[in-house]
Amino acid sequence: MTTRTPTTDATAKAATAPAPPIVPLPPAAARAVTVAGSAVAFVGTFLAWTWTDEFPGNLTVTGYPGGLQVLTLVGALLTLLFVLSGYGVRGLGWLTPGGTNSPVLLTALGVLGTTGYAMGAISQELGGLVNLEPGAWVSGIGALVAVIGALGLPADQPYDADEPHPGLWGRIRHSLTAPEPARAKDLPSWAEILIIAAGFGIGLYVFAYGIGTEYSELFVGFLIMAAFGFTAVTRAGLLRRLSALTAKHRNVTLAAAFVAAICFPFTQSNDQFALIGANILIFATVALGLNVVVGLAGLLDLGYVAFLGVGAYAAALVSGSPQSSIGVHFPFWAAVLTGALASLIFGVVIGAPTLRLRGDYLAIVTLGFGEIFRITMNNLNGNSGPDVTNGSNGIPNIPDLKVLGFDLGVPHDVLGHELTRSGNYYLLMLLFTAVVVMVFRRSAESRIGRAWVAIREDETAATAMGINGFRLKLLAFALGACLAGLAGTVQAHVSYSVTPEQYQFAGSVPPNSAFLLAAVILGGMGTISGPLIGAALLYLIPAKLQFMAEYQLLLFGAALMLLMRFRPEGLVADRRKQLEFHDTGQLDVPDDKPLPDGATGVAKAGA
Amino acid sequence: MTTTAPTTTTVLDATDVTMRFGGLTAVRSVDLTVNSGEIVGLIGPNGAGKTTFFNCLTGLYVPTEGKVSYKGTVLPPKPHLVTQAGIARTFQNIRLFANMTVLENVLVGRHTRTKEGLWSALLRLPGFKRAEEASRERAMELLEFTGLAAKADHLARNLPYGEQRKLEIARALASEPGLLLLDEPTAGMNPQETRAAEELIFAIRDKGIAVLVIEHDIRFIMNLCDRVAVLVQGEKIVEGPAEVVQADERVIAAYLGTPFEGAPGQEEAAEVAAAEAHSTTEGDDK
Ligand SMILES: Nc1ncnc2c1ncn2[C@@H]1O[C@H](COP(=O)(O)OP(=O)(O)OP(=O)(O)O)[C@@H](O)[C@H]1O
Ligand SMILES: [Mg+2]
Repeated sequence: MTTRTPTTDATAKAATAPAPPIVPLPPAAARAVTVAGSAVAFVGTFLAWTWTDEFPGNLTVTGYPGGLQVLTLVGALLTLLFVLSGYGVRGLGWLTPGGTNSPVLLTALGVLGTTGYAMGAISQELGGLVNLEPGAWVSGIGALVAVIGALGLPADQPYDADEPHPGLWGRIRHSLTAPEPARAKDLPSWAEILIIAAGFGIGLYVFAYGIGTEYSELFVGFLIMAAFGFTAVTRAGLLRRLSALTAKHRNVTLAAAFVAAICFPFTQSNDQFALIGANILIFATVALGLNVVVGLAGLLDLGYVAFLGVGAYAAALVSGSPQSSIGVHFPFWAAVLTGALASLIFGVVIGAPTLRLRGDYLAIVTLGFGEIFRITMNNLNGNSGPDVTNGSNGIPNIPDLKVLGFDLGVPHDVLGHELTRSGNYYLLMLLFTAVVVMVFRRSAESRIGRAWVAIREDETAATAMGINGFRLKLLAFALGACLAGLAGTVQAHVSYSVTPEQYQFAGSVPPNSAFLLAAVILGGMGTISGPLIGAALLYLIPAKLQFMAEYQLLLFGAALMLLMRFRPEGLVADRRKQLEFHDTGQLDVPDDKPLPDGATGVAKAGA
Repeated sequence: MTTTAPTTTTVLDATDVTMRFGGLTAVRSVDLTVNSGEIVGLIGPNGAGKTTFFNCLTGLYVPTEGKVSYKGTVLPPKPHLVTQAGIARTFQNIRLFANMTVLENVLVGRHTRTKEGLWSALLRLPGFKRAEEASRERAMELLEFTGLAAKADHLARNLPYGEQRKLEIARALASEPGLLLLDEPTAGMNPQETRAAEELIFAIRDKGIAVLVIEHDIRFIMNLCDRVAVLVQGEKIVEGPAEVVQADERVIAAYLGTPFEGAPGQEEAAEVAAAEAHSTTEGDDK
């Protein structure tokens, strides 16, 4: 619970000399080495990396980088830009308002990572290092030199006063940290809006590139480069600058995000990739619904996927599928209402008895109810129960939707671009995502949302402030259920059929309850963008890395543990959470009178 | 020192409140009334059942026996209904919504006095913005009143201890109560802060809100309270004006222990009691 005031920060800076670099080089030499290394790596991408196009992506052409070479090229270019910005080249200063040298090191590491991975993959798949052409060595050695040069750059901030002489590992970690950027001066608002638009444009491009990667080697390379690049951009302070702008123009940001999202299917001519997009949206929307329950009201719901299932089953039953036991065909809007309503009722029925429980009990009961839903759908097959759902066969042959005379089942030409079936559903789902985003945002910023957060923080105190705990928890639970049901109605149509096995607690295909919860926690509880990003990653990574399907849950667990260790608030930090976990120090607590740690500890324990 | 309004009404009337936890009777047949315009003190040694009594009044515990009425109506033992009726409280071990901002904490306190439901929030009905703004304005007034306005946007958990206590009071006041229950509002405060808290409580009383306060600091109680009730082992043994209570043998015995007849140490105990009484009257004479 230490908070640093600006004055102590300043004195610390004055007292401790700047941290020495890890590789002892004069700064000017280190910069030159980094530039040279990056340039060599850059040039190497124009040479052939291997002799045969058996390795995917065709890395044999000289003068025309392809596949993994492009990633190295982009990384090397980024490194160069950051170094030049560090040189003080005019017009590039805006690139590094925060740290200057740590972004260089990070991008250099990213280049080394992708290039190294490419070299490893080539020699492993084709059988030996002999398969590497000189180009690969040029880029690889260039990347290595660039990293050594970057390690010779001085760190962006002095060592912490409480640990002035860290070990080697501490020094490496330290060299990757950077100070926060200073406040940007105000630009005219059209310029700021343009910057936001550019930010989302780049984001869309990177995302579409990731989805469009044709083979898993490219996706792995993409992941390495994206992770390092993203961290570098963060350390450079660009992300903080951008989020300051988005916080200022929130409606513009939302609009930009949706425009970027609308553009996505037009970037994909391959129906398969558009389908991934549509499934990500479904997953993300349900995760956002779960975020109302978990992130705002703090109710741990381990059976949430059941509500998606209720919506999907309800929609399937009224879809006019020949296998539906009801055999009616509702228009789409009526099917959506049916699905949402069914989920809502199911949510209230489950919530009313269970929400009187607190904490762990609730988690276990919801886990049980989630499984009960799946087993019931399995048993309503005509043998062990009345025939409603066809048991494990599910309800297949769900016909495609027609909305306002627009058949979503066939491709359409829109402004010269072909929109595939999945593209159509993607856009429909996007509409639902927009609705859920709006519901989340508006409810969170209201009396009801504050009451939810209050319950999450301290239920006893909340009830003593006049909040009817049970009623508000039920409201959150039912709203969450309803939103999942909404998504379920679209999901039933996208996937042509519903079966009980789609709605498990844990499985290798998202969405399932465990992955939904992971998306919320990994992305950032209580935020809007967090679960969307978390869901996209959790869907994309398993979908793209089919070859390691067996280890998927193991890797997933390991990744979650690492994340909880290093970034417990999730990828996107809630304003509140960020302060909770990292004490970035609001500068308000006078240093001479800190809150006695013992006192709060006792208060918490005694409460 | 304090002036009682000529038309006093009974705000709180607790009759025969008993709270048992299994074999332990934490509160035994306690009667207590608080009138409008009054500041009443509740004192007693550790474990006497003061907090338990508060919990019975506010519906956090359902009393085993007895009833609590507020301005003539019997209260159901549900905390949110008690708050709705007009009794607000603070907690002995501060229970703020630690990860909400100071302003948000107070806004949560306004929950019962606002109506806007989920539909209103989702559709942003015309009344929504107005109600939200009015709430904000009212909350800022209360922060102004408690001297926290400058920290409205800070997280509650980052406030120093004394300000956390003040924020609890502001949050309680946000529900526009007729009676405020304060559980050890100065615990852990230094003398200056304690004096500021005194001023704050007087100001609250002057707003027409009756106050029932638990406190261990005898001087504080003496300065503040019109009437003091003493709880010992769950039973109310004395009630009356502060000076009377302070001189009462049973109270002294409860705090210092009853010496055996003729046992060594009896004289010392009496001396200590006398000295204590002396020093507190000194502190009271302002
Ligand atoms: N929920 C409970 N279950 C069992 N016993 C309880 C419970 N709450 C309080 N008690 C017991 O009731 C007695 C009175 O406790 P209480 O907290 O009311 O004392 P207090 O007068 O507020 O003391 P202090 O001055 O230390 O705050 C204690 O013996 C306590 O252990
Ligand atoms: Mg107590």
